[in-house]
Amino acid sequence: MAPVTSTVNAGPPGRLRSRRAREALTGLAFAAPAVAVFAVFMFWPLIQVFWISLQQTRGFGIAKWVGLGNYQEILSDKIFWTALLNTAVYTAVSVPLCLVAGLAAALLLNKRMPARGLIRAIYYLPAVISGVSSALIGAWLFNEDIGLVNRVLEAVGLGPVPWQSEGAPAMLSLVAISLWIGLGFNMVVYLAALQGIPREVFEAARCDGASRWATLRRITIPQLGPTTFFLIVIGVINSFQVFDIVYVMTGGGPGNSTTMLVTYAYSAGFEQRQQGYASAIGVVLYLIVLVMTIVQWRVNSRRDVA
Amino acid sequence: MTRYSARYRLAFAVTGAVAMLFPVYWMVVTAISSSADMRGPGLHLWPARVRWENLTDPLAKFPYGTWAVNSVFIAVVAVALTVVINLMAGYAFAKLRFPGRNVLFILIISTLMVPVQVVMVPQFHLVVDFGLIGSDWGVIIPRLAEAFGLFMARQFMMAIPDELIEAAQCDGSGQFRIFRTVVLPLCRPLIAVLVIFTFMWRWNEFAWPLIVLKDPESYTLQVGLLFLKNQYGQDYGSLMAMSLLSMIPMLVVFALFQRHFVEGMARSGIK
Repeated sequence: MAPVTSTVNAGPPGRLRSRRAREALTGLAFAAPAVAVFAVFMFWPLIQVFWISLQQTRGFGIAKWVGLGNYQEILSDKIFWTALLNTAVYTAVSVPLCLVAGLAAALLLNKRMPARGLIRAIYYLPAVISGVSSALIGAWLFNEDIGLVNRVLEAVGLGPVPWQSEGAPAMLSLVAISLWIGLGFNMVVYLAALQGIPREVFEAARCDGASRWATLRRITIPQLGPTTFFLIVIGVINSFQVFDIVYVMTGGGPGNSTTMLVTYAYSAGFEQRQQGYASAIGVVLYLIVLVMTIVQWRVNSRRDVA
Repeated sequence: MTRYSARYRLAFAVTGAVAMLFPVYWMVVTAISSSADMRGPGLHLWPARVRWENLTDPLAKFPYGTWAVNSVFIAVVAVALTVVINLMAGYAFAKLRFPGRNVLFILIISTLMVPVQVVMVPQFHLVVDFGLIGSDWGVIIPRLAEAFGLFMARQFMMAIPDELIEAAQCDGSGQFRIFRTVVLPLCRPLIAVLVIFTFMWRWNEFAWPLIVLKDPESYTLQVGLLFLKNQYGQDYGSLMAMSLLSMIPMLVVFALFQRHFVEGMARSGIK
C-alpha cells in the first residue's frame, strides 16, 4: 500500500494543486448539510440568545430594549435563586448516588455469574425509557394518597410521607427516579473502564496479600479515577439540564420547591411568554455549564501533564 | 468460601435486577387493573383480575393513534436525515482536507454541552419565521444539528485506513463513488449505533415538541402522555397503559440491539 501513497503524492505540481482543490470542494460539499443546519439552528441561536436577553418581550408583542435589565431582574428574583439552589441540591445528591450505585453494580457484574448479560441489560433498561414515561411511573409510585411507596411505608409503620405536599420529600422522589434512570449508564461506563485495568495489577496485589477492601480502595478506585471524573462532569452537566422528569412528575412543585433552572426558563419563556427574561436565564445557564466544562478541561490537561 | 461469595454476588445482582425492573412491572399491573382494585384496601402486588378497559377507553377517547403516527413519522424522518447528514459530515471531517475544517469541527463539537433550554427561544423564533410552528418539520429540522452523532461518525471513520480510499482513487473513482462503495460498507456498525441512538433520542424527546406543537392533533406520544396526565388525574390505570404502549417500539429496539446500546454508550461515554 505504501508505494501507492507515494505515487499519488509525487504527481506533477499542477495536478496536485487541482487534486487538492477538488478534495477541498468535495470536503465542503460533504460537510455542507451539517454545517448548514448547525449554522442556522445552533450557532445563530447561540448568538441571538444574547441579543434577545437584552430585550423585554411579552408574547409576540414588540420587543423593548432594556439593556441588562433582565439580568438585574434575575439578581433580585427569588424564584431564580430558589431554582438555582434546587438544581444544585438535586445535582449534589443525585450525581454521587448514581456514581456509587453505578460503581457497585459494575464491580458486582464484572464477575462471572449466570445470566450476567441479561442482568446488565435490566440495570440499563430504564435509560432507554422516555423521561415522560419514567416521570409518570414516578408520579404514580410516589403518589401521596394511593401510591405504592406510601402504602408499603404505611404497612410497615413508617408512612405516609408527604411526597407531593412537602418540598424535601418531593425532591427526594425526583432523586430516586433519576437514580433509577442514571444507574445503568454509570455502570456501563465503569464496566468498560474495569476491563481496561491490567490484570497484573490485581494479581500483584493479591500476591502481596492485600485484602479485597484494600484492593478496592488502593487499586481499583484510584485506577478508575479518570472515569469517575468523566462521569461526574457528564452527570453534573446533565442534571443541570434536567427537565422532562421534573416537568412531568412534580411540575416544579409543591410551590417552587422542585423548580429547576431549565423548568423555570421554560415557564418564563413559554408559559409567561417573557422570552427576553427566559433568554437571560438561558445565558446564565450557558455560562454555568461553560465554567464547568472549562474546569473539566483544565483538570484533564493537568492530569495529562503530570 | 469462594462459592459462597459467588452465590451472595448472584443474590445481590438478582435483587438489584428485581428492584430495577419493579417499576416497569408495576406499570403493567396498573395498566391491566381497575382503579378500584388499585385503591382498594390491602396491597395488591399482582392484578386481581385483568381489565382491558384501561387500554381501550383512552384509545377511543383520545387521538392516540394520530400521536403514534406523528411520533413514528418524526422519528423515522429525523433518523434518516440525521444519519445521512452525520455520515457525510463524518467522512468530510475525518478524511477530506478542506479550509476551515478544524475550526468548524471544534465549533460543532462545542455545542454538545449547550443545554437545549439555552437556545430554545431563538430556535422557536426561527421555527416561527420559517412558518413551521405546529408542524412535524418544526420538530424535525432544528434537531438535525446533532453534534453527538457527527462526533461518533468522525471518530469511527478516522479508523478507516487511508490506503483503501487512495487505492480506489487510483482506480479512477470519484469521491461520491468511494464514499458509497468503499466507506459506507465499512460503516455498518457505526450506522447501526447512529440509527439506534438517534431513534431513541427522537422517540423519547419531550421539551422541544412540547414547544413546537400546539394543536392536540399534532402531538407526539410524549407530549400526548402529558396531555393524558392532565386529563386522567389520579386515575393511573389508563395512563400507565398508554405509557406502556408508547414504550413498546423502544423496548423492541432495545431487546434486538441491546449489545449496540451498551457498547455504543460505553465507547463514547457521552449522554
